[in-house]
Amino acid sequence: MRHIVTSAALLLFAANAWAQANVVLKAGVGRETVETYCAACHSLDYARQNAPFLSRQGWESEVTKMIKVFGAPIEPADAKVIVDYLTANYGGG
Amino acid sequence: MISRRALVAGGAAALAGALPLSRTTRAAEKSFLPQGLPEGVYDTATLEALPGKKPLIKLTYRPPNYETPLDHFTSEFTPNESFFVRYHLAGIPEQIDAAQWKLKVTGDGIGKPLQLSLSELRSDFEAVEIAAVCQCSGNRRGFSQPHVAGVQWGLGAVGNARWKGVRLKHILERANLRAETVEIVANGADGPVLDGTPDFIKSIPADKALDDNTLIAYEMNGAPLPHFNGFPIRLVVPGWTATYWMKHLDAIEASTKPFGGFWIKSAYRIPTGKFPIVQHFQSQVAAANEPITEMVVNSMITAPAEGHTMRAAATAEIRGLAWDGGYGIRRVEISVDGGGTWREAELGNDLGRFAFRAFRLPFTPPQAGKYQVMARASNAVGQTQADKLIFNPAGYHNNVIRPLTVNVL
Repeated sequence: MRHIVTSAALLLFAANAWAQANVVLKAGVGRETVETYCAACHSLDYARQNAPFLSRQGWESEVTKMIKVFGAPIEPADAKVIVDYLTANYGGG
Repeated sequence: MISRRALVAGGAAALAGALPLSRTTRAAEKSFLPQGLPEGVYDTATLEALPGKKPLIKLTYRPPNYETPLDHFTSEFTPNESFFVRYHLAGIPEQIDAAQWKLKVTGDGIGKPLQLSLSELRSDFEAVEIAAVCQCSGNRRGFSQPHVAGVQWGLGAVGNARWKGVRLKHILERANLRAETVEIVANGADGPVLDGTPDFIKSIPADKALDDNTLIAYEMNGAPLPHFNGFPIRLVVPGWTATYWMKHLDAIEASTKPFGGFWIKSAYRIPTGKFPIVQHFQSQVAAANEPITEMVVNSMITAPAEGHTMRAAATAEIRGLAWDGGYGIRRVEISVDGGGTWREAELGNDLGRFAFRAFRLPFTPPQAGKYQVMARASNAVGQTQADKLIFNPAGYHNNVIRPLTVNVL
């Protein structure tokens, strides 16, 4: 019910000790895109723990869900970069 | 709606505290994790403490998802500071002023809308206390074969507590609930980061809401609810999975129509007819799937630990906890030979049909070797833990009998 609608509020959240997303992803093409979009709503351990069992199709389905169901404002070109990165670094299923 | 620019700024901010460390510690070095989880969990899970909590198994920081390590389950009641934490969305209230808290009761099924303060909840309604297991629908998802996407819970997204509060039905009666009400919709103060994300809102059938055991709780194990377990009040729906136990409860709506929100219509659903359950959410059942409802019968061995080493002819006690959807545990059997033969364990005190039931059985291995120890719980309506996983895409209801190895020298 209490929507965080300003970047200031988002910054405040990220600054909370318990919400410190101390999660580093593997270096690779597209990492910054993943960090930018995915970490806006959740820490990146969501990606790291869901590995390495998801196939490209599995990661595609996760990213599509984030856009279509959870309203993540990600353009198709960026979505492809994200899926490519996750498949290459955290995929393999 | 959050702007793209703000989103980019937020993403960067979330990473501002990141350290250039890679957590490469593997399974062997993380003895707090059970075996059989995806490799990624051993890669990224850590023991960390949220404010007011002991160090628990951190699966995700934001939103916070932390499970209780197996060695914290030393009695039938799970301490508040060890109780698991599960959130869907990262917009979590930071500071809650209990004196200002209001619970709104509205909807087309309500004759007289109400707004109640915490002190009114405490003073105007009969207080009730129930021992009940609160278990995430996805507890043990991490053991699914094949693995499925989601928070990769091991064994500890479950706990048992004494919940004290008021009956939901008393609140609804005070608000002149209409007989045409189909569902009661519950919302809490946590919410999404983006406006486009569906808020976490759940409904329960009217008959479940009017059940004597369904509470709005303000205490847990004799203390105020911990912040991360729903302070100042949460819904308690004994027997049903924790998805319905709305935390930070601030709005209840009685609806004469089935609720259409994402978290009921699309999420938390199981294939229709695939699980042996008694209670269904009738107004939300579809041909292909239906909402998850009551918990399936289950157990966990809390001692000895996986890989425990002991001497031949010495005696160890096999101990654990069993629970179900509120019919009551009738029997727990133990095998030490991988399921070849079974012996009945001694059950602990009956703390009520919704609570953990402790069990124990002495184990004196006659000779050296590896022993496969297993527990199998059955309940009062003839349900028994599954021999084989009942696979479903979301990894719910995993009650497969789980062997652990004891090494005897």
